[in-house]
Amino acid sequence: MKRKGKLFRACGVTSVAAATVMMMATASGASSSGSIAKGAPVKIGISLSLSGDFSADGLAYQQGYKLWAADVNASGGLLGHKVVLDITSDASSPTQVVTNYQKLISVDHDNLTFGPFSTLLTLPAAQTVNRYGYAMIEGAGGGPSVFQAGLKNVFDVTLPVAYDLKPFATWLTSLPASTRPKTISYVTSNDPFTQPVVQEAQKLIGKSVKTVYNKVFPAEATDYTSIADAVAAAKAQVVVLGSVDVPTVSAFMQAFEQAHYTPKAFIATAGPDQGASFIKAVGAGNADGMMVPNSWYGGSKNAASRKMVAEYVKKYGGTAAGVNADIAEAYSVGQVMAQAVTATKGFSNTAIIKYLHSGATLSSVQGSVKFDALGENTAQTAYTFQWQGAKFVEVNPVSDPGAVKVLFPKPAWGK
Amino acid sequence: MNSSALIHAVIDGVLTGSVYALMATGLTLIFGVMDIINVAQGIFVILGAYLSYALSVHWGIDPFVGLVITIPTLFLVGIVVERAFIGRLKGPEKTAMSILVTYAISLVIEGSLNMIFSVNYVQISASYVNKTFRIFGVYFAYIYVYGFIMAAILLVALYVMLYRTRFGASIRASLADQTAAALVGIDVKRVSTICFGIGIAVTAAGGMVFGATNAFNASTSYDLISRLLVIIVLGGMGSLGGALLAGILMVTLEDIVGVVWSPVWSIIAFYIVLVIVLSIRPQGLFGKQSARVA
Repeated sequence: MKRKGKLFRACGVTSVAAATVMMMATASGASSSGSIAKGAPVKIGISLSLSGDFSADGLAYQQGYKLWAADVNASGGLLGHKVVLDITSDASSPTQVVTNYQKLISVDHDNLTFGPFSTLLTLPAAQTVNRYGYAMIEGAGGGPSVFQAGLKNVFDVTLPVAYDLKPFATWLTSLPASTRPKTISYVTSNDPFTQPVVQEAQKLIGKSVKTVYNKVFPAEATDYTSIADAVAAAKAQVVVLGSVDVPTVSAFMQAFEQAHYTPKAFIATAGPDQGASFIKAVGAGNADGMMVPNSWYGGSKNAASRKMVAEYVKKYGGTAAGVNADIAEAYSVGQVMAQAVTATKGFSNTAIIKYLHSGATLSSVQGSVKFDALGENTAQTAYTFQWQGAKFVEVNPVSDPGAVKVLFPKPAWGK
Repeated sequence: MNSSALIHAVIDGVLTGSVYALMATGLTLIFGVMDIINVAQGIFVILGAYLSYALSVHWGIDPFVGLVITIPTLFLVGIVVERAFIGRLKGPEKTAMSILVTYAISLVIEGSLNMIFSVNYVQISASYVNKTFRIFGVYFAYIYVYGFIMAAILLVALYVMLYRTRFGASIRASLADQTAAALVGIDVKRVSTICFGIGIAVTAAGGMVFGATNAFNASTSYDLISRLLVIIVLGGMGSLGGALLAGILMVTLEDIVGVVWSPVWSIIAFYIVLVIVLSIRPQGLFGKQSARVA
């Protein structure tokens, strides 16, 4: 028995040592050396939510990434190498996204990685690719939890979400006392993306507007009626809703209408920015006056953005106002990676990470991109958008030349 | 706390819970008769919602009138699925295998719906969907009231079918003991096929109300199936009355906790009740021990 025990221990130690060596070998082998054989494509591994809760956003991201890859390939590829996107579905699962990136790097030997959708999935994804020394450029992981993880390989091309509601808060608190709303309700999903945004808004608005309702609801909720009814019963003049998708906003809007309650201002953290998808769910009449923070919209004057929007509309149909902001975020990820590859003259993830931390200012369809030590984009501006007469327009910051007057108070539902 | 919000919570819970109960009834019927755990029930609800949506958008058919088409359609879909896949499951691993098979069916339907309707969220609309009437200062949304009445009618019809017809007696016999039912001449295979069809057909009605009160796409089914499974576990797997009570209890309790305490605790509170009930009655509120063993 004793000999058998020793034998098992020896085998165990040997196995652990072998596994460690293999892991190290895999990791070092997987981490892109920076050179790709002439004529070989550059493979970019991406995990996207093609099914599950985030599928609408995941598929929009896929369109954005593909649109960028098509544009790059049409102009000769990255350093002469054709771009091939290796996209796999994570079904909106934070555990599946880890498995996917491990496979993309260690089995598929992809040269670079792009981020998944949502803060919820970006954090585990970035931690995973960090183990392999890969850079993770992403556009939808702007929640504080991503940057607080202390990772050096994550770069979010979009504005950090915590600042999303700053222009709205500034506009609201700067209204003359005679017209400024007196009461406000805060209600948010307990999601790592929405909670920080709403909390930051509360801080900024402070006591300028009296809080009459302030609750968090579970992200797993399927029926929002009672929560929305409670918000309606509070009868606040302003509602700030921390939502991650269209169904959440749509459910609140429907419940408010049924309760004959129309707030003077209603802003949701996500949902109204989904273009045609939002309008299709809530109806154009109900959308009027709905606000949403974002850093991009289909009518952006940015030349690269206009080109991208034109290509998108040509390929998928619809109108500029109906183009989902996810498309621009994904496209921006590709643009930033392309600039980093060009600047470093190769595909070394180590060099790309170093370059992106250098303080260089890059460009994207969403505007300028400059990363701080945490990987947050410090060069972007937050905007507030509003649906006005079936048009999605910029309304904040009011000082911005592109901003139009806020539709305030919000028209009654269905008018 | 606002008392009108509490009254609303109770009313919302009862009205919405009845629709969840209707969806769960199909699930529990299928399990009770066939020992099949149909994890595709959520996607069948969404399929029902999409059928009503398509009839409404393309032919202008009112969602409730459209049930005359969608219920038989989903009944036939259920029959085909049972004949093609479910009925072929045999042996002691049948229940476990049914989870895999119905999950695969769910994925195929989800992919097909995404291709046909895209992943964009849609919502069924009708003139009365956002309209309300007022009684004693409380607003009642027509869609929830209509949904409740429809669920009540369908549940009563199911009850009558089960307890007042010869075929219902065959189903109840199969629910109690399939071997004994076969020994007394009941065609258990035929009963199973029709039960699966009925179990899927009710999702047309539940899906229609769900689609009129929520924006949805094919992936919404994932949220639904977890709720439906919990309802039938609490009510007792195989118990129709249990599904009805558990559906209403689940939504009402969550709504009340959400208003009185905090929405973030609403789902947790329900699960605490579930754990307490299961620790006292492992077979659920109205389930039979044999049903769980099977």
